[in-house]
Amino acid sequence: MNFDDTPQEAAFRAEVRAWIDANAPKHLEAELSQATFGNSGLSSEDPIAAAKAWQKKKADAGWACLHWPKEYGGRGATPIERVIWGQEEGVYGSLGGLFIIGHGMCGPTVMAWASEEQKRKLLPPLAAGEEVWCQLFSEPAGGSDLAGLRTRAEPANDGTGDWIIRGQKIWTSGAQNSDYGILITRTDPDVPKHKGLTMFWLSMKTPGIEIRPIKQANGQSGFNEVFFTDVRIPDAQRLGAVGQGWAVSLTTLMNERLSIGSGMPTGFPELFDYCLNLQTEDGPAADNPMVRSRLAQYAVRASGLKYTGMRAISALSKGETPGPENSIGKLVAGASMQELAMFALDLQGQAGVINDPAHAEAAQKFQAMLLRSPATRVEGGTDEILRNIIAERVLGLPGDIRVDKDVPFKDIPTSGRG
Amino acid sequence: MNFDFSDEQKQLREEARKFLAARCSPSAVRAILEGPEPFDRELWKGLGEMGFLGAAIPEAFGGVGLGHLELCVIAEELGRANAPVPMASSIYLAAEALMVAGSDAQKAAWLPKLASGAAIGTLALGEGVGRVTERAIRAPVANGKLTGVKMPVADGDVADLAVVAARGPEGVSLYLVDLSGPGVAREVLETIDPTRSQACLTFDGAPAELLGEAGQGWRIVSDVLDRAAVLMAFEQVGGSDRALEMARDYALERMAFGRQIGSFQAIKHMLADMYVAATLARSNAYYGAWALSTGSAELPVAAATARVSATQAYQHCAKNNIQVHGGMGFTWAFDCHLFYRRANGLALALGSLTTWEDLLIERMRRRNVVAA
Repeated sequence: MNFDDTPQEAAFRAEVRAWIDANAPKHLEAELSQATFGNSGLSSEDPIAAAKAWQKKKADAGWACLHWPKEYGGRGATPIERVIWGQEEGVYGSLGGLFIIGHGMCGPTVMAWASEEQKRKLLPPLAAGEEVWCQLFSEPAGGSDLAGLRTRAEPANDGTGDWIIRGQKIWTSGAQNSDYGILITRTDPDVPKHKGLTMFWLSMKTPGIEIRPIKQANGQSGFNEVFFTDVRIPDAQRLGAVGQGWAVSLTTLMNERLSIGSGMPTGFPELFDYCLNLQTEDGPAADNPMVRSRLAQYAVRASGLKYTGMRAISALSKGETPGPENSIGKLVAGASMQELAMFALDLQGQAGVINDPAHAEAAQKFQAMLLRSPATRVEGGTDEILRNIIAERVLGLPGDIRVDKDVPFKDIPTSGRG
Repeated sequence: MNFDFSDEQKQLREEARKFLAARCSPSAVRAILEGPEPFDRELWKGLGEMGFLGAAIPEAFGGVGLGHLELCVIAEELGRANAPVPMASSIYLAAEALMVAGSDAQKAAWLPKLASGAAIGTLALGEGVGRVTERAIRAPVANGKLTGVKMPVADGDVADLAVVAARGPEGVSLYLVDLSGPGVAREVLETIDPTRSQACLTFDGAPAELLGEAGQGWRIVSDVLDRAAVLMAFEQVGGSDRALEMARDYALERMAFGRQIGSFQAIKHMLADMYVAATLARSNAYYGAWALSTGSAELPVAAATARVSATQAYQHCAKNNIQVHGGMGFTWAFDCHLFYRRANGLALALGSLTTWEDLLIERMRRRNVVAA
């Protein structure tokens, strides 16, 4: 049992380290390492331009989307090489936030379902960060119940084979910065809900698309509503067969779980550091047994996630597939962050309410966490959906009873919205 | 990176599992719970013959000379089987104390017998209610004779050798006391987990032989407790997994409202949370195993991390195993309470959860200072 690289891994790491050392945007390092959860990070320059510049530099040297095949803009690297890259990229990796959806979800879906010609056209600019992609899945009437979506795609009546899209998506991360999107639609409301779906890709500049930012509960705007009014797209932009959209969407969602070893933030290092320095009447907060007990509980969760990640990386290193234990990451991290933020504010006493940069303790770090953390427990699969996934796929428990499973979509009762 | 057990170690785990499935069935555990025997003597003998007791003891002192990683996988299986044997007292504590602080003569006198199971050892620390701290050690040693009361002492009713923390001329030191010698009175205590016995030991001028450097007793105890915490974390992880499996199996089998109860989200989510706790505990236990087996300076932090996480997980899984079983889980006939008893007993065995939480943060803090 050890944390050592194999000789091949060590050689690869040395190569990565040397390249990053020579090429990373070092003038941004301090600012990026100060970035905390709930805050975007860069203010000294345009974060989108900085993200695109770093991605392009990586792509030109063959370090973009490492695990993708070379012909699509990747490096054909092994999973463990991808992990090593992530470890070495460090704070600069946070510049890649703009591309997470495109590289992690849209790219793999296009790779699995598009024509060869389309793949060679679409994927290299996506890998190089020249084009940004978003994922148009969730709707006001279909979040956890994604297959309940209502955005319609109907054949145009003019014999072109084109499709006309009408409807609305919501919670689309980065739509306002995106050049392309993958879009799941309903093409047949007369069959049960999972069977009447079809997936497309499209340019976000297509006429009839309107993007409106959502003002979130924490006051920021990272997500959008996207409206489709008679948007026309050619049949060649269909991914998979008509009615096969659910299977195509599963390719996307499965890829969501493949990002291993990246480590969800729990907020523990920040809280620990804060408690060491926060002076109370009885000395540092970390001297108080109650505080220590709570800190210890958060510490073992953060440590448990870290070493669960190490186990997964070890499996990759041996050429094995990591086990299902990785499914716990977001569930544990999301809940930790929220509890821990509440605890940090509690330690500040009545002043914990202050969210004013001029007066707040610890530069509002925990206030921002508190206000952002509810989203972590919802986005990319709610805590409840994640528990269902663990219960069903890991522990082998029965699926939920679904009363709408065999009912034509148009006959499913709705709450009258969307 | 290879943060995992080797194929040979995994194979050893399989061997231990098979051995315990044959020799330590739930009915064998129940025989100790309900019968007059303090532990399963046949099983203990078998563990010695298989080389499981002596896995981490050097060959020169009668052991198998494998290592602590091997002992970890064996511990996991003992926890999963809820084995009613004095493994923790004799191997994780007494043998470790001898290996950490014993002279060659002391090692030669005791380790071969502990490795074979011919003798049982234990560690006697506490002297009544409350946290065990250096200051709480009062039992005096004068002119090589120990007096005072130690309670509770795990397996003190059956042990041949006690490593006793007592107050000598230079402060707290460790002493070897032959419990079959003069000046030793034992009283068996009723406890929440009758499958692991506890005793009150009263010493009245019992001959006590210094173990390790005089006045360094508490430092050695801390080190030994860290080592034992990692090993016991594996028992707790094994128990957590077994409690989760029992709950899962029952949720699949039990019908209510015309459905398997495992199809209700209230039950599924409870089981998912048990899986989360058990998984975190396993990963933290691996961290402890790495630190223990490599002699890392991180052992104090890693051991406390493993201990806190494993204690939480086993308590969580054992109590919710009963909850999933509903009323049946509260019957004497079902095995759920055996794991509930063991989980709560182990939670206290090396010091309580809050004691270890405190240690963890103190040690992380010190590490921070050293690193800065």
